[in-house]
Amino acid sequence: MNRKITPYVLVLPAWAWLALFFVVPIGGMLSLSLTTGNVVTGFQQTFEVGNYATAVGTYWEQILRSLFYGACATLVCIALGYPMAYWIAFRGGAYKSTYLLLVLLPFFVSFVLRTISWRFFLADNGVVLGTLKNIGLLPDGFAVLNSAPAVILGLAYNFLPFMVLPIYAVLERMDPHLVEAAHDLYSNRIQAFARVILPVSLPGVFAGVLMTFIPTSADYVNASVLGGTHNTMIGNVIQTQYLVNNNYPIAASITFVLMGLLLVGIFSYARALGTEKVMEVHA
Amino acid sequence: MAPTSTTQPEAPDTGTAPAAGPAISLTGVVKSFRSGSETVRAVNGVDLEIERGEFFSLLGPSGCGKTTTMRMIAGFEDPTEGVVCLDGRDVTGVAANHRDVNMVFQSYALFPHMSVADNVAFGLRRKKVAKAEVTRRVARMLDLVELGHRAKHRPSQLSGGQQQRVALARALVNEPAALLLDEPLGALDLKLRQSMQVELKRIQREVGITFVYVTHDQGEALTMSDRIAVMNHGVVEQLGAPTEIYERPATRFVADFIGTSNLLRGVVGPASGDLWKVEVACASTALAAELPAQVSTGSHVHLTVRPEKVRISAARPEGEVSRLPGTVTETVYMGSSTHYQVDVGDGEEVTVYQQNSASSALAAERGERVWLSWPPEHSYVLPA
Repeated sequence: MNRKITPYVLVLPAWAWLALFFVVPIGGMLSLSLTTGNVVTGFQQTFEVGNYATAVGTYWEQILRSLFYGACATLVCIALGYPMAYWIAFRGGAYKSTYLLLVLLPFFVSFVLRTISWRFFLADNGVVLGTLKNIGLLPDGFAVLNSAPAVILGLAYNFLPFMVLPIYAVLERMDPHLVEAAHDLYSNRIQAFARVILPVSLPGVFAGVLMTFIPTSADYVNASVLGGTHNTMIGNVIQTQYLVNNNYPIAASITFVLMGLLLVGIFSYARALGTEKVMEVHA
Repeated sequence: MAPTSTTQPEAPDTGTAPAAGPAISLTGVVKSFRSGSETVRAVNGVDLEIERGEFFSLLGPSGCGKTTTMRMIAGFEDPTEGVVCLDGRDVTGVAANHRDVNMVFQSYALFPHMSVADNVAFGLRRKKVAKAEVTRRVARMLDLVELGHRAKHRPSQLSGGQQQRVALARALVNEPAALLLDEPLGALDLKLRQSMQVELKRIQREVGITFVYVTHDQGEALTMSDRIAVMNHGVVEQLGAPTEIYERPATRFVADFIGTSNLLRGVVGPASGDLWKVEVACASTALAAELPAQVSTGSHVHLTVRPEKVRISAARPEGEVSRLPGTVTETVYMGSSTHYQVDVGDGEEVTVYQQNSASSALAAERGERVWLSWPPEHSYVLPA
């Protein structure tokens, strides 16, 4: 076959896939978000921009809460995930792959099941709280379920591997002589970490933040399973509008508002950190 | 050079009066590593004294313990046994960041997130040197390595040779008691390596700091060093000036590892005058000016001679020289010299390098009968 067209032929299935399953649906959603009507009478393409005003005006609280929960869960993931990745990369020795497998092990269980099992785990008189209450360390009325911390913890738990893996990847391929060079140049362990290891691993943290913040802000499973009625996130609203109220135009416009907010967030974040850091992740 | 001289070379003159004691000394240093259920002794009893301002090389094949020895001087490894002293002070067990030595890594280990200037300033900033002083010293050091115009660049924007010089500047700017270099030219191509060898030597002369240089490249070690320690299997096989190491290898390993050497099996005969006769290759006689301590008449030995010391001639050479008849089996024309392989009988071959000067008497052909000869002071006898 002609050498020049071969690459295009090879990339064709991927393009076809993207066109069919990404471009077409998102075009359909965009058009749906600009319609009026209902399931009974049908939806008419009226280019009703007012759907967006309604969406933001009605649900700004859930939108902000989602971004806040997402940010909190991301911070928890950094706090837990960085030491994990660091330990596996530098202290894992011959068992690095085993530890990585352990990090990924929860993924072998369905996302929803994992979240539901946290309900049992955090139940008011369950394994943890029940025991602590029995030995008198917690007051009887204490509860974690159906609260913001329960949702944030659930999100952090579910998305922790997405933070650990990119940080691990950067730390693992870091030249260990860099750390020795820092010690050689009169740094103690804290200085070596703050001045060399942490800055060099920032691209991994950046990738981890993207991979946890985006899905956690848009998640609805954790909020509906662990959050109760007062902690609904925007994902829950979209789900309800689509599947319960069948208000497709509003559901679609909320979806685009969320997408727009996340995109703006990511780009300003990339700007602040410097675009070369984003590129380094893929280098 | 007098064949009987065994004097230690003096520390090179650095222009400053040396303080008391060596810059670095290692006494009975052993380092064992656990490898599975086995314990491997990477360094097996090393004693070294490295003088102030000296360019000192640790030379040996990979796995000989040279890098481990250097890492113990740097403080990255603690010796299992023995004592490491810097400037007469026992630093065994002192962490790397509290030692007044700096290292140039084989991979350079430049901090990728910092500019060249920040890399060089790193050590001074940790030592809390005043800002103006840092700026001044960094600028001066970058000028010394001719990279002043690259101060704002990231290491990844520099060529390999330039990165190498940044690594050197980053270590030297701290004015350490000694600079440790771990195969610093290993990643460079041949031409760059040769020009960096000259450059390193120039910088060392200018700053007058003790350099400890780890390499497996004997040419590099011979060119640059004031003294060389040849290491094998965790011990120092020979310690001496380059000429001494090259001309008078103390062990078979050194003779083999440094340059090309002819190694002939032989038996020591009687002394004649102040020379020893050694019977080699089918009853030919080689002369040696001295014998190692544990060898006497009747001992089986190896006699070594460097290829460029051997003369090749058509007529039987006269005088007090080693004399071997042989047949040329191979000639290789190398431009400035010609290399011959000569079969001297008994299944032994001698390599001869002959300069192609105008006065060179013989251009021997393959299959020709020739005489080989060399003066007694170029024979070195090693216990078999």
